[in-house]
Amino acid sequence: MARNRSNKNKIKIPSKYILLILAILCVSMMVVSYITDVFTGPLKIVAGYTVVPFQKGIESVGSWLTGRSDDIRELQALREENDSLKLSMDELTIKNNELLQDKYELSELRQLYELDQKYSEYEKVGARVIGKDTGNWFSTFLIDKGSNDGIAVDMNVMAGSGLVGIITEVGPNWATVKSIIDDDSNVSAMIQSTSDNLIVEGDLELMNEGFIKFSQLIDEDDEVKQGDQIVTSHISSKYLPGISVGYITEISLDANNLTKSGLLTPVVDFKHMSTVLIIKELKQQKE
Amino acid sequence: MLRKVILTLIIFFGFIFQCSVLNYISLGGIVPNILLIITASFGFMRGQNEGMAVGFLCGILVDIFFGNVFGFYTICYVLIGYLNGFFKNIFYPEDIKLPLLLITVSEIVYCMICYIFRFLLRGRLAFGYYFVHIILPEIVYTILATLLIYKGIVILNEWLEDIERRNA
Repeated sequence: MARNRSNKNKIKIPSKYILLILAILCVSMMVVSYITDVFTGPLKIVAGYTVVPFQKGIESVGSWLTGRSDDIRELQALREENDSLKLSMDELTIKNNELLQDKYELSELRQLYELDQKYSEYEKVGARVIGKDTGNWFSTFLIDKGSNDGIAVDMNVMAGSGLVGIITEVGPNWATVKSIIDDDSNVSAMIQSTSDNLIVEGDLELMNEGFIKFSQLIDEDDEVKQGDQIVTSHISSKYLPGISVGYITEISLDANNLTKSGLLTPVVDFKHMSTVLIIKELKQQKE
Repeated sequence: MLRKVILTLIIFFGFIFQCSVLNYISLGGIVPNILLIITASFGFMRGQNEGMAVGFLCGILVDIFFGNVFGFYTICYVLIGYLNGFFKNIFYPEDIKLPLLLITVSEIVYCMICYIFRFLLRGRLAFGYYFVHIILPEIVYTILATLLIYKGIVILNEWLEDIERRNA
């Protein structure tokens, strides 16, 4: 035993060389992972079967606990809300009838024009959010479905009726989603009413305030105004067309006098997301 | 061997803790960096090699799930483990001032690396905003977390060293 130990000490490499070796290893991994998926593939599988089950467990306990505490806190607020909702329900029922009529008309017209199918007809699968980015710089999160459930990179993710983000990495039983409020994210979108294209870009500064930036909107006739709905555009290479992104809250003319930019409020509440829907259709397949 | 198993488990649960439980108790969407505390502590408690080993494992885990290019966080954490290893000789477990200082400096270095390589290089120049809203809260929470878990890490390390001494 003692001899072993001294042998080990003799062939000990100085720390700075280990650091050098690790640094070279990391840099080469960065380069390789930028080009291919060789290293990360097996690691993802291993991580998927070790880390993810724990996260699922903790997540379900955690959401149960916060659920209970929220229940108590919200009870009073809900009672009041219930009363006001009852009132507005009558109003909405009348409105709904009107809208239903419009809908029938719309579907007839759609058939006439053989318009593209709306996103409600895409095949979707639900997933639970089981973890968030470890750092505070980016807005990516983990979900509990992976390639075993038919999830693939670049699939669009929704919550409720709006766009959340896009799948960036996939393991066997997990996947990471980069949300559209992430500083790294750019989405090609358009104004629903006028079909003018624009770019929706996430920004860390605005992330906490609940806004997203948009830019490069060409609107010569000044038709776009506050409250207009923004949906994903037809020309995007990764996002399916017609998914709701948000509503314009602020719009201004850029210094170049040609394009407009501003802020939009997303449809999705990114702070309280527990389940998401993944559209199991890739843009490329559709073309 | 026991040390390796225990360390792996700690890193493992530290990571899971950080990306799931901590989000429920995060303040203003900011969470403390537990993995950094673990890496830095084992760096200055046990020296450069162990610091680098712990940092490597922490970084790999972060890279697998949340990395953009694989290896970026690994090299960050390895570097932090290595640099903290220099202070092994002046480290005394009873004194919490040095660990606090080292972890704070490590956190600043880590945040600066993140900012420079993932924001500044993309032309995001609003450093003041990032400093006030991300870096500063993260440092403060990390210090708070250090006060809570540091003692546990020291006791665990002493327990491991005790067993190793007996077996040696």
